[in-house]
Amino acid sequence: MSILAGKKVICIGDRDGIPGPTIEECVKAAGGEVIFSATECFV
Amino acid sequence: MDLENQKRVKDFAEQYGPENVVVLLGAAEGEAAGLAAETVTAGDPTYAGPLAGVPLGLSVYHICEDDIKAVVPHDVYDENVGMMEMVLNMEEIASEMQSMRSQYSKY
Repeated sequence: MSILAGKKVICIGDRDGIPGPTIEECVKAAGGEVIFSATECFV
Repeated sequence: MDLENQKRVKDFAEQYGPENVVVLLGAAEGEAAGLAAETVTAGDPTYAGPLAGVPLGLSVYHICEDDIKAVVPHDVYDENVGMMEMVLNMEEIASEMQSMRSQYSKY
């Protein structure tokens, strides 16, 4: 089974890397369910 | 990881069951990715947040790791992540992530 399909996925993006909404798009396309998404700043 | 986000991760793991939850990171550097991965598996290494001493052992990946790339349709991946992936040190990030998973991930 896929790593993401059917899973509850928490997206913790990074302002200087990949932001949360971008990760969300990938999760949805892979069949995962996004339950939370945020974009952090690690500075 | 933000203290508020630690609280949310903890709550979701309790609500849905840790075996059903996957955390995906978008960190720009290996060290930041490793710290976030450690936080959701072994517990907060800084002992500052709600996950201090809470080893959730969640499944955790970086969005640019090969395991994730393999399950996201190529066109969606390229459109959203392709450009950023080129400027990230993926060798360092993947090495940190694999190290944390092999030590602390339970699922």
